[in-house]
Amino acid sequence: MTGGTWLRVDFIACDGRGLCAEALPELITLDDWGFPIVSGQALPPRLLADARATVRACPRLALRLDAGR
Amino acid sequence: MTAGLVLAGTLPRLLPPEPPGLAGLAGHTARYGPPPAVPGRRQRDALIAEVGLAGLTGRGGAGFPTARKLAAVAAGHAPVVVANGTEGEPVSVKDRVLMACSPHLVLDGAVLAAEVTGAAKAVIVVHRDVREIIDEAVAERARARTDRVRLEVRTAAQGFVAGQASAVVQWVQRGVPAPTATPPRLAQRGLRGAPTLVQNVETLAHLALIARYGAAWFRAAGTPDEPGSMLVTVVGAVREPGVREVAIGTPVGQLLDLAGGASAPLQALLIGGYFGIWVDAAGALARPFSSAGLADLGAGPGAGLIVALPVGACGLSETARMMRYLAGESAGQCGPCVFGLPAIAGQVERLAEGRGADLGLLRRWLGQVDGRGGCAHPDGAVRLVRSALRTFGPELPMPPGGGR
Repeated sequence: MTGGTWLRVDFIACDGRGLCAEALPELITLDDWGFPIVSGQALPPRLLADARATVRACPRLALRLDAGR
Repeated sequence: MTAGLVLAGTLPRLLPPEPPGLAGLAGHTARYGPPPAVPGRRQRDALIAEVGLAGLTGRGGAGFPTARKLAAVAAGHAPVVVANGTEGEPVSVKDRVLMACSPHLVLDGAVLAAEVTGAAKAVIVVHRDVREIIDEAVAERARARTDRVRLEVRTAAQGFVAGQASAVVQWVQRGVPAPTATPPRLAQRGLRGAPTLVQNVETLAHLALIARYGAAWFRAAGTPDEPGSMLVTVVGAVREPGVREVAIGTPVGQLLDLAGGASAPLQALLIGGYFGIWVDAAGALARPFSSAGLADLGAGPGAGLIVALPVGACGLSETARMMRYLAGESAGQCGPCVFGLPAIAGQVERLAEGRGADLGLLRRWLGQVDGRGGCAHPDGAVRLVRSALRTFGPELPMPPGGGR
């Protein structure tokens, strides 16, 4: 797998606090119950730093960055 | 390899012949011969390679190549084997029938899987209906000193999600039948941190026969791409519902004939049970029951389930009932599943009862739930409802104002 990085949600850990969607609205929206819907696209390089910060900010440690699909 | 006591290409392989032979370990050995010993590395690797040549895939529903799982677990340190006979799917009975009829074949497979992966122990997780039969078979083997591997029997948790591989591991480990997040894969870190092979009991029974008779024997049934036989549970509007063993690729219509034939004109078939999809009956009868044969219908052989729905029955009502059940069977860990499935079930109920369902909202929720759980539970529920909308769609009652 070359290049790309993807944002992933661990839905078992996620409680739907919603911080991620506020911190990274370019890539994360919320479903009708307040749980994150993450863009299926590889992270654009310009958002990589913001994505890392968002991963660190998740109070449930439910977000991570994965290399490859 | 032993000369095949069970002739290549003849069925049943796993289920008892007609008339049935001797019961117990003696009958089992008389029918199949003893399992081969796999004392060393070379024999272990050879058996894994043979399973690969045979093309055996998991019979629990996911259809993953068994040899690859065996090799992955064998590469780890001090692994453990879990034989999965949970069978939480409400329609399926094939694992229970297999364990009741051929307990020693399943246990042979569990022991062989442990031997080839280097595991000292195999945990046999069994549906409570067959617990005593398996206990008795294990005791019989202990008296005969057949196994070098320790066998531990556990009664499975009940519930739909309880049979999912990581849920089985959690059940054995801490009494909570809930799936865990991936990664790590169970083959790397499973039961109490050990590399863990979780394999459906039917898969293990096939493994026990491949170990005896070899890949070419196994491939004498089935199709070149999907070799072997499989157990299929056929229920609904058929005269003799129950479990049959068939070659993969047997036409769907023939499976219904084996179950005594349709007891009424058929409207639709639910292929795959609660995790399956609805298909139009007429369009499916000539299809081979295989991944290739069912792929363009969006279906697959999965864990081998067919429910026949007669003309006059309401497919949407059936789906609504199933969807409400699936919503209740969520392990309760993931938001989209916990909130989404009951919401979807509510809309399907409105649809079935002609109470003005909001189809736009239903489709939106199906999209929002799909692929967003720690296990495939929500995905399966979404697939079921989508197939119901496709198959029973032309009858959809239009809400006042034409819907949206």
